[in-house]
Amino acid sequence: MAIGRKNVLSVFVVLLCVAGLSLTASAADKLKIGFVYISPIGDAGWTYQHDLGRLAMEKNLGDKVETKYIENVPEGPEAERVIRDLAKSGYDLIFTTSFGYMNPTLKVDKMFPKKRFEHSTGYKTAKNVGTYMCRFYEGRYLTGIVAGKMTESNTLGYVAAFPIPEVIRGINAFTLGAKSVNPDIKVKVIWVNSWFDPGKEREASEALIAQGADVITHHTDSTAPTLTAEEKGVYAIAYHSDMSKYGPKAHLTAATHVYGDFYTRTAQAVLDNTWKPEQVWSGIKEGSIELAPMNPVVPADVVALVEKTRKGIIDGSVHPFQGPIKDQSGKIVVEAGKTLSDKELLGMGYYVEGVLGKIPK
Amino acid sequence: MVVKIEPRPEPSKVMQYLSPLIAAVLMLISGLIIFSLLGKNPAEAFHAFFVEPVNDLYGIGELLIKASPLMLIGTGLAVGFRASIWNIGAEGQLAVGAIFGGYFAIIFNDSNGLFILPLMIAVGAVGGMLWASIPALLKTVFNANEILVTLMLNYVAVLLLALLVHGPLRDPNGYGFPQSVLFGDAAILPVLVEGTRLHLGVFLAFGGVIAGWVFLQKSFTGYQMRVAGLAQKAATYAGFKYKKLIWIGLLTGGLTAGIAGVLEIAGPIGQLLPSVSPGYGYAAIIVAFVGRLHPGGIFLSSLLMALLYLGGESGQMNLDLPSAVTGIFQGLLLFYLLAADFLIHYRMRLNRSRLEVN
Repeated sequence: MAIGRKNVLSVFVVLLCVAGLSLTASAADKLKIGFVYISPIGDAGWTYQHDLGRLAMEKNLGDKVETKYIENVPEGPEAERVIRDLAKSGYDLIFTTSFGYMNPTLKVDKMFPKKRFEHSTGYKTAKNVGTYMCRFYEGRYLTGIVAGKMTESNTLGYVAAFPIPEVIRGINAFTLGAKSVNPDIKVKVIWVNSWFDPGKEREASEALIAQGADVITHHTDSTAPTLTAEEKGVYAIAYHSDMSKYGPKAHLTAATHVYGDFYTRTAQAVLDNTWKPEQVWSGIKEGSIELAPMNPVVPADVVALVEKTRKGIIDGSVHPFQGPIKDQSGKIVVEAGKTLSDKELLGMGYYVEGVLGKIPK
Repeated sequence: MVVKIEPRPEPSKVMQYLSPLIAAVLMLISGLIIFSLLGKNPAEAFHAFFVEPVNDLYGIGELLIKASPLMLIGTGLAVGFRASIWNIGAEGQLAVGAIFGGYFAIIFNDSNGLFILPLMIAVGAVGGMLWASIPALLKTVFNANEILVTLMLNYVAVLLLALLVHGPLRDPNGYGFPQSVLFGDAAILPVLVEGTRLHLGVFLAFGGVIAGWVFLQKSFTGYQMRVAGLAQKAATYAGFKYKKLIWIGLLTGGLTAGIAGVLEIAGPIGQLLPSVSPGYGYAAIIVAFVGRLHPGGIFLSSLLMALLYLGGESGQMNLDLPSAVTGIFQGLLLFYLLAADFLIHYRMRLNRSRLEVN
């Protein structure tokens, strides 16, 4: 009886070992990749674009990778726990996709020196923490051209989230793009102090339309500005995602972000053991920024001009922040023949001429 | 009406204490059904939701970190709730506490003084109480409804924090991003157990719960507050000063929320951010009621609420459960508790006379 019990036990132990071995074997083959999202994926917006990138990477790399995402993770202490849990559960490469995850990502990095982290939109790196961001402003400049050509009131409306350099840069690039084809352009900005708040975004859009804006764009996450423009019979230029199905008449185009290539390249680099922490800032040239298909109401010559400018950005002959550029007071901030450096772009804290109002302090 | 609802002559004492347990059990049963409908094995789902998050030391630390602001604020709110003083403003009082405490962490950023943490906690408490004194003043002088005033002041406080972090308290070397500098080591609560985030503040929260218990159950003022909650007129006839009780009720909530705010920024966050709380001030209201406004019950219910938060993440990671499951569980818990409370005070009876006529 006693022997029987022992036998059963040893068989069990052997089975466990085999199971354990086979588990580690399959885990070693596959690179496990975790994604931390700030909001639910939904069907448009910031997180949706990151998830499209994740799916594209899965498709490109097939069974070499295994991915997992955790959505709706608030910035701050929760983020640190989620990132840590992913690292602990065997995820060797972790993408953290919101600015507020910066310090939590760095804290977890210190606990797991063998894991790799990529943080989106931040500015701090470490031995195993790289950063990545798109040159959103290139897309903004192109959509500014469309807005400048399509407006009749010469007033454009901009629903903005928070007065940080990334958003201010977008407002300026949009304004410069519009002014390049229409010097009389005025851009009105309303700050909603939230990345995602359909109610406030709608109110802001309505206020801008009431003040004469006939093209609305936004640096927020919801489809509310596009929906509002459709209802009120004005145009909209969406951000993050193609939102044309929310405003078939209003939606002129959208500046969209494409992460699939970057995610694929980064995962491949980790698989090949060639990964290094870098500060990747990629734009139209690298395929990270695309425009959504143009609405048929946009005339062919405007489409052609946008395409020409797009090619110019790719070959380097066009830069959205090309001097001379004046700030609101008329003072020259970028001299003729010069362009802004990446460092100057990253710290941008002023409006260019043509934007109305003041940056909230 | 075939079914008649009538008040019970004597609500059952036993059931009043059992109802949170009944609500929790019903929540779990409903969860079982939801998991099955989502096509998950209920046993696995339960393991992922309720066991996985706390199966190691780190997880237990996380549970306590998450529960400590809830138990601290819940106890503070219960003091006022006992006297029917409805402070819905803990979220704002927490934010103001964080502003006050964070301000001193920032100006003493280069110092190593041992005085910094106690100072932060003290001024955080003062900040929370100052914010709570606004509704107290308006209530005692103008008889303004404290529910509305405290609720509206939440928005003011949260925006005030955002304003300061976007402006004067912003990290000058942070590329204009809205966050303060990282606090120096002297302004960070020491971690108690290596490998976890369990910090000294958790014991402050325990201390707050015990102090709340002594105050509510053992002190004469605590007794006065209970009487005032049951029958305000009777309390006035007995010579209790109701205005004094209003001040105590609101200030205790502000005190605990303010301290909780400092514990968050000096604990797991380590800097001032535009938002320093994922809604602890509101969740603590649920915690206080599920805990029957008794510090012991609040201690237990704060652990349960914290586990629901952690379980939501673990369920996503292990079983691809949607993140909304956490909210569903919290809603179910409150729903069943309210239903149970209703049935404690009322009973349903078949309407006999009507049946006889038929």
